[in-house]
Amino acid sequence: MSIPLMTIPLILAGKEIRDGLRNRWVVAATLLMATLALSLTFLGSVPTGTVGVGALDVVVVSLSSLTIFLVPLIALLLSFDAIVGEVDRGTMSLLLSYPVSRGQVVLGKFLGHLASLAFATLVGYGAAGAALVATGADTGPEGWRAFAGLIGSSILLGAVFIALGYLVSALVRDRGAAGGIAIGLWLVFVLVFDMALLGVLVADQGKTVTVGLLNWLILANPADAFRLFNLTGTAQVSQFAGMAGIAGQIHLGPVTLLAVLAGWTALPLGAAALIFSRRQI
Amino acid sequence: MSAHPVNASPTSASPTSASVVIDQVTKIYGARAALTEVSLHLDPGQCVALVGHNGAGKSTLIKLMLGLIRPTHGQVRLLGEDPAGAHAARLRRAVGYLPENLAFHPSLTGRETLDFYARLKGVARAGNTDLLARVGLEAEAARRRVGTYSKGMRQRLGLAQALLGQPKVLFLDEPTTGLDPALRQVFYEIVQELRTAGVTVLLSSHALTELEGRTDRIIVMNRGVKIADGTLANLRHLADLPVRIQATGAPAGAVADALGTLGQVSTNGHAVECLCAGGDKVAVLRRLTGLPLADISVVEPSLDELYAHFLRREQAT
Repeated sequence: MSIPLMTIPLILAGKEIRDGLRNRWVVAATLLMATLALSLTFLGSVPTGTVGVGALDVVVVSLSSLTIFLVPLIALLLSFDAIVGEVDRGTMSLLLSYPVSRGQVVLGKFLGHLASLAFATLVGYGAAGAALVATGADTGPEGWRAFAGLIGSSILLGAVFIALGYLVSALVRDRGAAGGIAIGLWLVFVLVFDMALLGVLVADQGKTVTVGLLNWLILANPADAFRLFNLTGTAQVSQFAGMAGIAGQIHLGPVTLLAVLAGWTALPLGAAALIFSRRQI
Repeated sequence: MSAHPVNASPTSASPTSASVVIDQVTKIYGARAALTEVSLHLDPGQCVALVGHNGAGKSTLIKLMLGLIRPTHGQVRLLGEDPAGAHAARLRRAVGYLPENLAFHPSLTGRETLDFYARLKGVARAGNTDLLARVGLEAEAARRRVGTYSKGMRQRLGLAQALLGQPKVLFLDEPTTGLDPALRQVFYEIVQELRTAGVTVLLSSHALTELEGRTDRIIVMNRGVKIADGTLANLRHLADLPVRIQATGAPAGAVADALGTLGQVSTNGHAVECLCAGGDKVAVLRRLTGLPLADISVVEPSLDELYAHFLRREQAT
């Protein structure tokens, strides 16, 4: 009679993955990421030539910029429709007439979408790494560590935006509105936030915005936490990214930054589950 | 809104043994009341039809019974427990539901869809082949993606998923809308089998004529209020609508003379039509058979007419 607690989320996750594979969504995302990662890898290595910077470190810097633009976008497109869309199409009322809790529904979808995104990232960026090895580029163990950190944190950034997308999807009654808000979130976190922060810093000239406050402001944006994690992660990378100065100023270790990203995932996901469980279907 | 629900079945099973009990339930969306103080109960082995216009509150009632929504006031009990409460998941293992706007994930095949729902319900998937055959989905069709299905095939798959795990209570929301007559037949045959097996079946519909003779009880809803509840015979008795008797072969004058004050006589083409009260039916027939008639037929008020009657009565109060 009793079904283990995680069985239902795993069944739901499996269905999401199969859906993603069937409608070619996973293939499209993987190809897109692989194509962009490979172009950046080879274009990016042209100017460095044979300077002492490790080829992988260059790739980590360029791919982190790619992640910041692309991964949140893919994650939001994947997630904004997850709840409101199923309610709209009528599949949700049938699903909820089964012995599943709404929390399990949100968790199951999250696991399925995250697995799809993780696959696309792993294969897409992995292709870039494999191409570098194939060309016999200079790759040290520290470079590989930074590269692995990049892939892992890219997936974590994806998790953040999938969770944010669910929150929007649970809150809004209309699919169109959910899509609009999702794009708005992307614009704010990826573009507007940094520009506004830069503007404030320039205007302020360091009078009121102290380093402590800057730390908090960076924590307010998961994309910045991701950037900081990757660009200051290793001495080599931060040197190359021109972030060495900042890395010295900002007192946020890699563990703190990853914890910030995990918090940015757990909080919206929990809120989405809570709001969804109170929603009238 | 003065409602005097007709409860024509006061002697039916007590609410303690009922599968579903709705007690003084009001459901308000924003400023609009979708249901107003509705009380009813459904018993095991009973097939109950829920009839009413679109927007009468049929789907809202079913969603309340499933625990998809909560009542604003009043209490809902499904198999003795709150369907939106802590044991909701366990309760739903004993429930089947066919929603009004049935939608499946288009990229899965019919078989995969049924397997998915079977796993969610904790039911062995081995029985799914038989289940698909029972609702008339052939093996070839089960291998195709649901996105390619016709309305009838989707509805068959919908019924199959509702039957998973031998539910004790089955909610079918507008199950036969848009189906061809052959499939309707299959549908009602399955419902009949389930009823015999002791399952509570609640069927909402606005296609009234096809419900005649297929349900044990009829609940009539109008604008969120229950306006009638009883067997077809009970409702006919309560409505006391005139019975129409058509006769051919005798002139209208002779018929009128024979009936006296028992019925109103009019001509309809070459037939003579008399309207009489249900209670006078036998007396009227006895008198008519004394005349040299070629043919005679008795038309009882249809469910459509009963429904119209209860709506009129409701509007008059």
